[in-house]
Amino acid sequence: MNRVVITGMGIWSCIGTTLEEVCDALYQGCSGIVFSPERKEAGFESALVGNVPKADLKPLLPRSLRSFMPEEAQYAYMATRQALEQARLDQDFLDAHEVGIIYGNDSAIEATMVSLDKFRQAHDTVACGGGAIFQTMNSTITMNLACLFHLKGINLTASAACASGSQSIGLATMLIRNGLQECVVCGGAEENNLYGIAAFDGIQAFSTRENEPTKACRPFDRNRDGLVPSGGAATVVLESYEHARKRGATILGEVLGWGFSGNGDHISTPNIEGPARSLERCLHDASVSPRDIGYINAHATSTVIGDKREAQAIHQVFGDYRVPVTSTKSQTGHEMWMSGASEIIYSMLMMQHDFIAGNINFEAPDEETACLNIVPETCKASFDLFLSNSFGFGGTNSTLIIRKMNQE
Amino acid sequence: MKTREDIIQEINAKMAEEFEIEESDITPEASIFETLDLDSISLIDLVSIVRASYGIKISKADLPLIKTFADLYDYIEKNQKVEG
Repeated sequence: MNRVVITGMGIWSCIGTTLEEVCDALYQGCSGIVFSPERKEAGFESALVGNVPKADLKPLLPRSLRSFMPEEAQYAYMATRQALEQARLDQDFLDAHEVGIIYGNDSAIEATMVSLDKFRQAHDTVACGGGAIFQTMNSTITMNLACLFHLKGINLTASAACASGSQSIGLATMLIRNGLQECVVCGGAEENNLYGIAAFDGIQAFSTRENEPTKACRPFDRNRDGLVPSGGAATVVLESYEHARKRGATILGEVLGWGFSGNGDHISTPNIEGPARSLERCLHDASVSPRDIGYINAHATSTVIGDKREAQAIHQVFGDYRVPVTSTKSQTGHEMWMSGASEIIYSMLMMQHDFIAGNINFEAPDEETACLNIVPETCKASFDLFLSNSFGFGGTNSTLIIRKMNQE
Repeated sequence: MKTREDIIQEINAKMAEEFEIEESDITPEASIFETLDLDSISLIDLVSIVRASYGIKISKADLPLIKTFADLYDYIEKNQKVEG
């Protein structure tokens, strides 16, 4: 089985659009959450959202190519450019070798709404516009990026709700381990407009702490009252260790393990058994024990029940070992289909720079989350292994373990 | 009914905005495909603009006949709906 390593990372998020910006924001405990008057006027229960900058692709791509790309594909393009640059995979290399793409995405809502509104108004399908069909499919990101970067390997979108980004990395890891691919671009992206998330607001899942936007997302805290939606994109380049060494790539980390499970239970409320199984499977896959893990990046979204169930699952697996735990969603909000990939990047940055970003807004646990060792403020921490959880609607669970790579 | 001059001014402005070119690049005898950098997919966007602006749907049979901007102005002028 081949070893799988990370050679490039790229990010477009509400706490930064470069790795340096994001690293600094993590360290400083900055929040990317704002109040959106547009959402309030539109009728949202909660107008809180991650403040993701719009991407300007005009200087980079002609209109003809941009016309196929909805918002989420634009974010993914920007993040992937960065990741490929860091991995030193230029277009000549991509043209000459088979590189695949597996990217997490689970909606194309605004693009669909816009094109169908035009159709319904005009009673003519031509009114949708030439790019609409490509913008409105769930696989819009992999479609676009595979064509833009000439990627000729696996070409697949992983749709697994909030575990999409993590599952994409897991699937790519499996392909590389088994020698079916040497190099795969992975990641996750999320559209960050009000239409994409209106129905989610409709089920009253969001925090309504609108008078203090930066304090609203408070995973594990006893006064948490719901999640804050966010978005953007995160890309990670994975390759086999041999492939990376052969071309002289800088190896950033190693994907040691992937675990997954299904809850087989409620469509939105997680249980404990499913997530615990994902963690256990991941530890087994990585051939490590709980005490080898130096940091857990939790899924925890700041919902009352979700955080509780994850805390119990972590406690069940880790027992009395007080592994440091935070949820970076405290700073970024819930980046949805992007989160599984972005949280790998946030954790990698912490591991590379020897710190753990504090779980901001954590003041005190409740009865169920008290079992965890939550780190409330940024602290120096040197660790070699981290574990990252991503759990999604429908009971889809994915867990990854990444190891620091000292250049060999 | 709009005059030809009105049509030219209007449609040129819309095409320049949609296809991200300068209005000065549009000359009556220039090729629509080359000037607007169209292919079979983005051609739909031009058809959509004409339909939305003038209520005229350029048919599949007529599309190959519209090669230059002058051809387009002719088509719109000839087919524009009489305002009742």
